[in-house]
Amino acid sequence: MLAYIIQRLLQSVLVMLVVAFIAFALFNFVGDPINNMVGQDTTLADRAKLRQELGLNDSFVVQVARFIGHAAQGDFGLSYQQARPVGQIILEKMPATLELSLLAAFLALALGVPMGIYTAINRHSWVSQAMLAISLIGVSLPTFLIGILLILIFAVTLGWLPSFGRGTVVHIGWWTTGFLTADGWRAIILPAITLSLFQLTLIMRLVRAEMIEVLRADYIKFARARGLTSRAVNFGHALKNTLVPVITITGLQLGSIIAFAVITETVFQWPGMGLMFIQAVTFADIPVMAAYLVLVGFFFVLINLVVDLLYYVVDPRLRIAREAAAGG
Amino acid sequence: MSLRDRLAMTSITDAEALLRVEHLRVEVPTRRGALVAIDDVSFDIAPGEVLGVVGESGAGKSLTGAAIIGLLEPPLQITGGSITLGGRRIDALPDVAMRRIRGKEIGVIFQDPLTSLNPLYTIGHQLVETLRTHLGMSSGEAHARALSLLAEVGIAAAEQRINHYPHQFSGGMRQRVVIALALAANPRLIIADEPTTALDVSIQAQIIALLKRLARDHGTAILLVTHDMGVIAETAHRVAVMYAGRIVEIGTVRTVIDRPSHPYTIGLMSSIPRIEGRRGRLQQIDGAMPRLSAIPSGCPFNPRCHEAFDRCHHERPELMSARNTQAACWLYADARQAALA
Amino acid sequence: MAEITAPGAPAIAVRAARWRRFVENDLLWSFSRSPVTIAAAAAAIVIIGAALLAPLIAPHDPYDLASVSLLDASDPPAWLKDGDWTYPLGTDNQGRDVLSTILYGTRLSLLVGCSAVMLSLVLGVTLGLVAGWRGGIADTLIMRVADVQLSFPAILIALLIDGVARSVLPHDMQGAISLYVLVSAIALSYWVHFARTVRGSTMVERNKEYIQAARVIGVHPARIVIGHLLPNVIGPVLVIATINLATAILTEATLSFLGVGLPPTEPSLGTLIRVGNDFLLSGDWWISIFPGIVLALLILSVNLLGDWLRDVFNPKLR
Repeated sequence: MLAYIIQRLLQSVLVMLVVAFIAFALFNFVGDPINNMVGQDTTLADRAKLRQELGLNDSFVVQVARFIGHAAQGDFGLSYQQARPVGQIILEKMPATLELSLLAAFLALALGVPMGIYTAINRHSWVSQAMLAISLIGVSLPTFLIGILLILIFAVTLGWLPSFGRGTVVHIGWWTTGFLTADGWRAIILPAITLSLFQLTLIMRLVRAEMIEVLRADYIKFARARGLTSRAVNFGHALKNTLVPVITITGLQLGSIIAFAVITETVFQWPGMGLMFIQAVTFADIPVMAAYLVLVGFFFVLINLVVDLLYYVVDPRLRIAREAAAGG
Repeated sequence: MSLRDRLAMTSITDAEALLRVEHLRVEVPTRRGALVAIDDVSFDIAPGEVLGVVGESGAGKSLTGAAIIGLLEPPLQITGGSITLGGRRIDALPDVAMRRIRGKEIGVIFQDPLTSLNPLYTIGHQLVETLRTHLGMSSGEAHARALSLLAEVGIAAAEQRINHYPHQFSGGMRQRVVIALALAANPRLIIADEPTTALDVSIQAQIIALLKRLARDHGTAILLVTHDMGVIAETAHRVAVMYAGRIVEIGTVRTVIDRPSHPYTIGLMSSIPRIEGRRGRLQQIDGAMPRLSAIPSGCPFNPRCHEAFDRCHHERPELMSARNTQAACWLYADARQAALA
Repeated sequence: MAEITAPGAPAIAVRAARWRRFVENDLLWSFSRSPVTIAAAAAAIVIIGAALLAPLIAPHDPYDLASVSLLDASDPPAWLKDGDWTYPLGTDNQGRDVLSTILYGTRLSLLVGCSAVMLSLVLGVTLGLVAGWRGGIADTLIMRVADVQLSFPAILIALLIDGVARSVLPHDMQGAISLYVLVSAIALSYWVHFARTVRGSTMVERNKEYIQAARVIGVHPARIVIGHLLPNVIGPVLVIATINLATAILTEATLSFLGVGLPPTEPSLGTLIRVGNDFLLSGDWWISIFPGIVLALLILSVNLLGDWLRDVFNPKLR
C-alpha cells in the first residue's frame, strides 16, 4: 500500500515538473520579457541593465531552478497587464472560481448519477428516452450557447436573475464568498447551471453505459437466479460495481470543470481565474498565463492522485492482490 | 402394458413429478419472422432424480434451463407449453412470485465460477444475503449457516475464508462456493448449466462427486445440462438428447449410451473415442446442426441421417417408444403401432 | 448457409445477389430503422450542403463592403415588425445580412472542424501505429505524452497553443495565419483518442498468425502495417472521427467565442455568436441566436450520426 502511494506521488511530482517546465518555457522564450515590460523609448543600455537585474543572462538551468523555486512559493512575477504581483491577482480571483466550480460539480453529481442509474434500470420508459434526448442536446450545445440562452430567458426576458457579476460578496480573511448573501446566490445560479450541464450529461451517460454493461454480467444473472430482490440486485450489486470504474472518470471530469469555467466566466463576466486567463491570452500576459497553467496543472495532478488512491481503496482486487504480493 | 414398455417408461404420473415440462416452445422474433429456439420440448424430473440434457452448442439446452427459471433474455420468450413445479404452474407467473421460487425452490449453477461471483463482495456477504432473503434469518444465524454450507461443499478453514473475496479462490474452490450459494435455501431442484466445463479435468471429477453426494444427502433433483457425455455417464439417472431445439431421444443413461435408438444419438455415441473395446475408425456425423433460421422441415436431422426416408422429409416425428428408449424417429413408428395393437 | 448457385450462373444473377446483400445489409437496415438517425443525416446534409454552396446561394455577400449599408443595420427578422424579406433573418449592427453571414460562417466552421479532424486523425493514427507496431521506447514515450495530455482538458490545451502562437507571431500576421493556428491547435488537442485506439488494435493484430507469417516471408513492415493492420482499425477510427468532428466544431466555436479563434473579419459561427452577444442585452437577439441554432443543430446531427455509427460497429449490440 505504501509502495503504491509513493509511486503515485513520484509520478505526480514528475508531471508537475513537466508542467512547470512548460510554463517556464512560456515565460522566458515566448516573446521577449523585457520588451513586454518596458516602454518603447527605454534605451538599450537600460534594457541590458534590466536583463541583468532580472537574471535573464544566467544559465538555463539556473533560470529554471529559480523559476521553480519561486513558483513553489507562489511567486510568479508581475503581470504585464496590471503591473501587480500575479500571486495577488490569483488569490483575489480564486474564491470566485472555486465556489462556482464546487457548486457546478455538486449539481453535476447530484443530478447526473441518479439520472444515469434511472435510465439504466428503466431502459425503455419514456422518461428515460426523454432524459437521453435532453442529454444528447446537453452534449451538443456548446457551453457558451447554453449560457447565452439562459441569460436571454432568465435575465433579459424574465428579469429574475442577474446576467453578470457575483452579486454582493462577504470577505472572510482573504476569501470572498457569495454564499452568504441572497444576492450572491442569485448571481451564482445561472453560471453554475451552465457550467454543470456538460458534466451532468457526460456523467449521466457514463453511469448509464457502465451500469447497462454491469447488468449484463454473469454475477448479476446469478444474483437474479438466486432470487435476490430487484433492489438488492440493482442497488446492492450492480450499483457498487458500476461506481467503481465510474469514480475515476468522474473525478477527472470534475477536474475539467475548472477548465470549462473559463468559458462560463467569460459569458457571465464572472470575476474568476478563468476570465483572468482569457484576458491574459488576449493580452499575451505571459506571467499570468504561466501561473494559471501551473495552478491548473497542480489541481489536475492532485485530483488524479486522489482518484487513483480512491480506486485503490474501493476495489478489493487491487488492495488484496498487492498485499498478497507484498506479504507473500 | 408389456413389461418391456414399463421398463422403458420414462414419464411418471402427475403426483410424482417434481418438474414437468410440457410442449415448451421458445421463440425469438427477428425482422425475418420468429425463429424457434425450443420446439415442443416435454420431459419430467422426479424428486431426487438427476436428468441429464446433452447436445451440441446451440441445441437449446441452456435455453431450456433459462426458460424454467424465467430468466430468458429478451427478445426470447416462451410462446407455448407449460412448466409445472410440484403441481404448480410457474411459466406464466409474475416476476415477483417467480423471484421467490428462484433460489428457494430451484437453484442454479452456471458455467463460469469466476464471473458468477460479484468480485466486490466477500463470499460470506453473498451467502448471508441469499440466506436472509429466502429464509428470513438474522445475520448471526445466517453467518452460522453459511459456515456450515461452506464446510459441506468442502472448503477448509471456512471461518477465515468466509471473509475472502472471490478472486482469492482457485477455480474449483469458486465453483464449490457457487454450489453452496445454489444450495443455500435448500431448493428441491438444481439446474446445473455446464458446471464443470470451465474447470480443469482433475477438478471436474471432484465437483461431480460433490454434486452427486449433495443431491443424495438433500434429496435434490438435478437438471444437468452439458455437452460432456462422460459427466452424464457419471452422474445422471436419465438423459435427454437435444437437437435443433427438440428432444430426439430420452431414456435411462445406460440404455442411451449403450443401446441408443435415434440415428443422431447413435452417431454421437460412435463418435466418442473409447479406451476399451476395438479401436476402429472414429465415426463422424456429416454436416452440422442447422442454424435457427434454416431448420429443415420434417425431422430436423433428416439431411444428415443415413436412414432417412420419404416420411422423414415431410413429417415431424414425436417422441415414441423405440426399442429401449423414447426416440423421435419414424424408424420406430411401426414398433409403436405394434405395441398398441 | 451459403446460397448455392449452379456453376456457370449468368453474371446478372450474381450482381442481383450482391445488390440484395447490400440492401439487406445490417448497416443500411439499422439506419433505415432509426428515424432519429435519418433526421440527423438529413439535417447534416442540408446544413453542410448549404454551407458548401454558400457563395452560390447566399442572398448577399456580407463581406463586400459596397453592398452593405448602415441604413439597414440592426433590422429584425422578416416576420417581425420592422422586418424586411430582403434580410430574412435580420441584419447585424453593421448592416450585414444574418442569413448570409451564417452560411459563410458555417462554411468556415466546417472547414476548420474537418481539417482539424483530418490532421488529428493522420497524426493520431500514425503515432498509434508506430507505438503499437514497434513497442518498446517509442511506445512508452508516445503513451506517456498521451497520458499527460489526456489528464488536461482539450480546450485548455487548444487555448494554450493558440495563446502562445499569438504571442510568438508578429501582430500583423495574426489575422492571416489564425486559421492555420486554430486548426493545428484543435488537431493537437485530439490526436490522443485516435492514437490510443489504433495502438490497442495494432498490438492485438500484431500477434496474430497472419501478421507473423507476413513478417517471416519478409514483407516490408510498412506494407504489413498499411495493408493489413490499417483496414482492421478503420471501423473504430471512423466512429472516433465522427464524434471528434462534432467536438472539433464545438471547440472551434468556443475558441472563437472566447475571442481567440477566427476574427470578426472572417467569422465562423462562434465568432458570430460572440459579436452578437454584445447586443443581446439591448434586445437584438437574432444576431447571436440564429447562428447559435445552426451551430447547435450541426453539432447535434453529427453527434447522432456518430452514435449510430458506434452502435453499428459495436459487436456486442448485434
